[in-house]
Amino acid sequence: MKQTKTIFLEGLWGNNPIARQILGICSALAVTNLMKNSLVMGLGLIFVTAFSELTVSLIRQWTPKHIRMMVQVLIISAYVILVDIFLKAYFPDISTALGPYVGLIITNCIIMGRCEAFAQANPPHIAFIDGIAMGTGYTLVLLTIAFVRELLGFGTLFGIRILGDSWVSWSIMIMPPGAFFMLGILIWILHTVKKKDQEVAK
Amino acid sequence: MTFNPLVVFFAAIFTNNMIFSNFLGMCSFIAVSSDIKTSIGLGQAVTFVLAITAPINYLLYHYVLVPFGLEYLRYIVFIVSIAAFVQLVEMIVERSFPSLHQSLGIFLPLITVNCAILGVSLFMTIRNYNLITSTLYGLGSGLGWMLAIVALAGIKKRMKMSAVPEGLQGSGITLIITGIMALAFIGFSGIVQIS
Repeated sequence: MKQTKTIFLEGLWGNNPIARQILGICSALAVTNLMKNSLVMGLGLIFVTAFSELTVSLIRQWTPKHIRMMVQVLIISAYVILVDIFLKAYFPDISTALGPYVGLIITNCIIMGRCEAFAQANPPHIAFIDGIAMGTGYTLVLLTIAFVRELLGFGTLFGIRILGDSWVSWSIMIMPPGAFFMLGILIWILHTVKKKDQEVAK
Repeated sequence: MTFNPLVVFFAAIFTNNMIFSNFLGMCSFIAVSSDIKTSIGLGQAVTFVLAITAPINYLLYHYVLVPFGLEYLRYIVFIVSIAAFVQLVEMIVERSFPSLHQSLGIFLPLITVNCAILGVSLFMTIRNYNLITSTLYGLGSGLGWMLAIVALAGIKKRMKMSAVPEGLQGSGITLIITGIMALAFIGFSGIVQIS
């Protein structure tokens, strides 16, 4: 139980994939102009990361060392295909909005990185929890960025109008530069806070 | 809907730049872009692989997957064909062009997991490009990516001496610079349009 808590803290804060390891930012930037898209993307990633780590960990004793990368990619692709088909069947409009970025979960370095670094060396149930924790950390960052971008860019949250009609939308926030600035600022804040933490700890 | 291949080519470099408008290939973009020479090497490798894998994946998709109704397998097929091609290139280059291998070699394995490569293949199937357009789209995307990473490396070199706030150093400031560069690239929009 204690281990579960440590893993979650690592995924959400101490070792957050986007903020700390700068992994998987391609999709982090691309889908964050709307809260809804970010949430779906995040849930998809949690699913794929958790189950890929589980599978990689389950078969880790039987995987030959030199082809393990290929095996991992194939496992990840299989789960991504599941997510893609599910979205197409039940949420066709979101599937169109996300476009190729669902498929790009395959090349999202977070999953490969965790499979390689964590699932290869740990038993299945811990690897599964680690996948959920890392995915959740990723989703939280996604939602934070999307919150600011959608609020300032459209004046809405999850499509519901929050700011009054007099609000003039900052269209720059919806465009690519807004995403770069937001992520840059977010990393800035997190680094500074972490620095303070370490100084307090000393 | 048909696209003029040349329009797609220039659009892929300027208005629909892989990095500034599609955010693809960011991981290596942030990590590698500290030295101009290395950036050029990586850029060349990406351009080369893109220009070849785009038509290969086009042929695989339209002549193998579609006739058998296996479109949903495209992710696996694309990623395997990219990985296999990168491996093949690495072996050929190592045997026949040792000098090229020395300058390019370390980048090749990195490319398999570069999202720009898979992204191009996925975009071209979603947008229904034909063979020539796909090839030029791959080539243009690669050149656009190289332009972006070399430009960023140049800017970072100039910024070595500047006093960047402590928390912003490293990836933070890189993202802010990229944002400003993306702003500049918005200036190109409207010249050529795709999608």
